[in-house]
Amino acid sequence: MAQTTDNIRQYLDHFKRFEESLNGQADSAVHTLRRDSIARFASLGLPTTRDEAWRFTSLAALARTDFAPAPPYKQDLTTTALTPFLFPGLDGIQLVFVNGDYVDEFSNAETLPDGVKVMNLATALKTETALVEEHLGRHLDDDQAFAALNTAFIRDGAFIYLPQNAVLDQPVHLLFLSTAAAEATVSHPRNLIVAGANSRATIVESYAGIDGQVYLTNALTEVIVDAGATLEHCNIQRQSQTAFHLANMQIRSARSSQFTSTSVSLGGRLARHDIHALLAGESCETTLNGLYLASGEQHVDNHTLLEHAQPHCPSHEFYKGILDGKATGSFRGKIYVHRQAQQTNAYQSNQNLLLSDKAQINSKPQLEIYADDVKCSHGSTVGRLDPDAIFYLRSRGLSEETAVAVLTRAFAGEVLERIKLEPVRQKLEQLVDYELATNRKNRDRDE
Amino acid sequence: MLEVKNLHVSIEDQQILKGIDLSVNPGEIHAVMGPNGSGKSTLAQVLAGREGYQITQGEVTYHDHDLLDMAPEDRAREGIFLAFQYPVEIPGVNSTYFLRTGLNEILKHRGQEQLDAMDFMTLIRKKLELVEMDESFLKRPVNDGFSGGEKKRHEILQMAVLEPSLAILDETDSGLDIDALRIVANGVNQLHGPDKSAIIVTHYQRLLDYIVPDVVHVLVDGRIVRSGDKNLALELEEKGYDWIKEAEAVQAGE
Repeated sequence: MAQTTDNIRQYLDHFKRFEESLNGQADSAVHTLRRDSIARFASLGLPTTRDEAWRFTSLAALARTDFAPAPPYKQDLTTTALTPFLFPGLDGIQLVFVNGDYVDEFSNAETLPDGVKVMNLATALKTETALVEEHLGRHLDDDQAFAALNTAFIRDGAFIYLPQNAVLDQPVHLLFLSTAAAEATVSHPRNLIVAGANSRATIVESYAGIDGQVYLTNALTEVIVDAGATLEHCNIQRQSQTAFHLANMQIRSARSSQFTSTSVSLGGRLARHDIHALLAGESCETTLNGLYLASGEQHVDNHTLLEHAQPHCPSHEFYKGILDGKATGSFRGKIYVHRQAQQTNAYQSNQNLLLSDKAQINSKPQLEIYADDVKCSHGSTVGRLDPDAIFYLRSRGLSEETAVAVLTRAFAGEVLERIKLEPVRQKLEQLVDYELATNRKNRDRDE
Repeated sequence: MLEVKNLHVSIEDQQILKGIDLSVNPGEIHAVMGPNGSGKSTLAQVLAGREGYQITQGEVTYHDHDLLDMAPEDRAREGIFLAFQYPVEIPGVNSTYFLRTGLNEILKHRGQEQLDAMDFMTLIRKKLELVEMDESFLKRPVNDGFSGGEKKRHEILQMAVLEPSLAILDETDSGLDIDALRIVANGVNQLHGPDKSAIIVTHYQRLLDYIVPDVVHVLVDGRIVRSGDKNLALELEEKGYDWIKEAEAVQAGE
């Protein structure tokens, strides 16, 4: 218990220093939000496995670690260092953040349609204050410690704003890189995406680590999808194997809008993804796809909530996981249907493949329905590859090893094929191939 | 080419095959007929190398190899092909990729040059004609969402591409309409040659109207109780399996 308190204290200390560094801004609306949030974080504390939402994800190792605020970017990266994290052929807008700071020299957001803003949040807080304040932190769940912690440290991240009817043809790539430091560090990237009525955009967020240092990324992305808007979103997590990755996305969708997000989680020692999608208008559609790969001693947790607040909304959730080695994982998918959300059509599926005896996953679908005219279905599977399918492939000349590799890859492919941006999909296919091949080698070595 | 001697097979301690003797020479077509539950499919599966069966007695040699000692993929590479009674649906695996990978493994084993994507397409277009299948099949995942008839034709397509020395058809005719039956039979006949043999496992005689067997075996309760020429199949069709069961019972009683 003392340890937990100590580890709250370190964040409170960080906050004090952060506040001192802000000279002059301490009276702004956003700072009031920060102050309220640090107080809320202090009262919530770090979650433990006694909290239902964290039952299968222990934060003990994170709570034991002393983090320092990530130091400012030292201008020590070359363009080449970024290359592995980009998508060949993706011709678009790019914002790059290193250790939480926006790096202008790597970014490119020059040519934008009228009224469209794609910039870093630190700048937007100064130049687009009213626009930012109208949305920032307005729709957050107030019971989540890490969301409160992120809000307390709002400093930089991406700000994307599309006015009514704006169409952004070029995809936007937001890249958050963490580099090595002498000590364990923490950053709190904060993103705000506002898609005005009938606007349209495609946004990719990626999080990656350059070296094998211990660090914590506590990211939060708020998404507002206004009436009739269409937003395609992709979240790629490729943190270092020693990193803690906590990512929270909160989406509020208005009438007749469409939001699709595909989350691919590959890295991190501990990765937790929280998604809360609020379907707040009639006939809006939300799709959440996810693929998670974990091996060695990785732990991956996807915790999603689809909240149907209005009638006639379809939602689709399709998550798949592949766990190898001693990896552990958790999937929680909750569908909450309010009383007035009649004619809801919610579908959820979570399939898990365990490639070793020691890998483990807890999959928990949850339906909470207060309307009487709805269609909700869910399915959850945990298992091994189908021996009939393996035999079928072998009977056509494929070796057992190839058959297993082909079937495993196909299992993952069913999520990847839903990514519409071809360069992103191709890159992810390569990454998944590489990851699965590495796991295979490790398995052979261990046997 | 294939010698099965006194083969005894059990599944979970239940004996299914109780001493099978079967000798298939190059170029021969054998039909294995029998009532449901007689062990026909077990024989087909064991020859292809499916796991989960206990071989309690007997041996199988194929081109002087101990077949029972070979992995399924090695059997395939040595020219054994099983057309499945229930082809497996494999979502996410593209049919073209699947078939080309299998073919290239077999070509590699034979020391022949592997086919690139272009050459493979040229080959498969010809084979598609043979089974009267549309090219769109190739873009679909393996058997995923195929109708029963499509799955069976897909098996024959695979057989035509892999060109096995010994094709084993496990009730490929079951559930087929007359057109599909004709296509399947045509595929088998086209493949047939002086060094290419087939074992056709079937419940009904009707496939044998199109594919003329050299030898017909009747399998009852895990044993081959009678072998003969194509006329045996016709006799069975006319008199039914009860006739042969009764004949066996009489013999056993003597």
